[in-house]
Amino acid sequence: MTFNIDLLVQSVPLLLKGAGYTVLLSLGGMFFGLVLGFILALMRLSSVTLLSRLALVYISFIRGTPLLVQLFLIYYGLPQFGIRLDPISSAMIGFSLNMAAYTAEILRGSIASIDRGQREAALSIGMTSFQMMRRVILPQAARVALPPLGNSFISLVKDTSMAATIQVPDLFRQAQLITARTFEVFTMYISVALIYWVISVCLDWAQYRLEWRANRHTAGK
Amino acid sequence: MNMIEVRGLTKRFRESEVLRGIDLDVAKGEVLAVIGPSGSGKTTLLRCLNCLEAPSGGRIRVGEIEIDGTVALNRQKQRVRQLRQHVGFVFQNFNLFPHRTALENVIEGPVIVKGESRAVAEERGRNLLAKVGLGDKLDSYPARLSGGQQQRVAIARALAMQPDVLLFDEPTSALDPELVGEVLSTIRSLAVERRTMLIVTHEMNFARDVADRVLFMDGGVIVEQGSARTLFADPKHERTRRFLRKVLHQETSESA
Repeated sequence: MTFNIDLLVQSVPLLLKGAGYTVLLSLGGMFFGLVLGFILALMRLSSVTLLSRLALVYISFIRGTPLLVQLFLIYYGLPQFGIRLDPISSAMIGFSLNMAAYTAEILRGSIASIDRGQREAALSIGMTSFQMMRRVILPQAARVALPPLGNSFISLVKDTSMAATIQVPDLFRQAQLITARTFEVFTMYISVALIYWVISVCLDWAQYRLEWRANRHTAGK
Repeated sequence: MNMIEVRGLTKRFRESEVLRGIDLDVAKGEVLAVIGPSGSGKTTLLRCLNCLEAPSGGRIRVGEIEIDGTVALNRQKQRVRQLRQHVGFVFQNFNLFPHRTALENVIEGPVIVKGESRAVAEERGRNLLAKVGLGDKLDSYPARLSGGQQQRVAIARALAMQPDVLLFDEPTSALDPELVGEVLSTIRSLAVERRTMLIVTHEMNFARDVADRVLFMDGGVIVEQGSARTLFADPKHERTRRFLRKVLHQETSESA
């Protein structure tokens, strides 16, 4: 008795529901993480010292503390200040804030990596800083940022399993609940592992497509 | 009225004084070559004329637009942007936008900065690229073009803004020797059209052939200037003589 196929079939509805939360948290974390991360990256690059320092401290704190501790702070810590959030909101906020810090560093590095000559060429034809950013710097920075962003997103998919610790009924949590009932440990965890893998492979593929699109201009020398 | 008027232009980078009070007048339609040893300030002078480098003092006037060198550039943004629209700049390293085709590079300024209609800008862009001999490369990305072709696209990009003045910063220095000729002949054809141009260059023969006037710079000042013929044949200053002897000797030994 190693793999219990009947149990797996019975568990499909619950696992799918769990996978739904996992995908929701992943996509939400990516989206809000990107938006917030972009703002943080601009703050970091800003010539206003206060903004740049604030962003630096935030990024340093988030990257220097465990995601699990951050989730606990939000879900278990904030109620002490009267801020009571349900598990899914807490997880969504936690993953977004966490992703934002990593995304910010990736975007900042990508923007900074664009050759100074590009900036000068844009300015030399009379562009404003905004036009330069939108037309010249960001399109090129996006191409540089795609591979590391893809890595971060795939990490996020797997990190969402930590949401189980704050009562989110995600994929991992469903497996825990079912094993608690049936003791079919191997069956459940290998199934869940495979589902995580499938989600990651889909992301890999999306990343590959995006990179291909972004590179078709300059590649093929 | 002169097209360009520079008075008392200075530029400091921390401790070092790169430009020590430049006065310069350039008439409409005049072609100027700027020569001098590296570190003489000639590139900095050119970059100040387009405000890619912020002057430390003095003033610059191009056409109707005047820049006060004692005021920070971001406190006269509007005028700086106007100036740049009237002054085309061609870089040593081309600096084409790699994610845009040749034609897209050329129409970017007219469409985005000047707000011209795409159709009008494309029409002019096609003509300009044909003029620099790249009528068949409209849809090529820079990575697919040779250095000489890239530089000619860059020249077309500068021309597309219909500038009053064109600045060339060592336009052939980054090119393989066999590609230098095509870029020089493009610039020469612009000189024939009597466009106002300043060309920082190491190509002495080219300077002699094309320029109406040659400036010799050293140590952040204009040491000597004159018609191309007299400056090369009969330099007045010892520094000029020494420089010319060195570079002209190199050129003859290379061609030998």
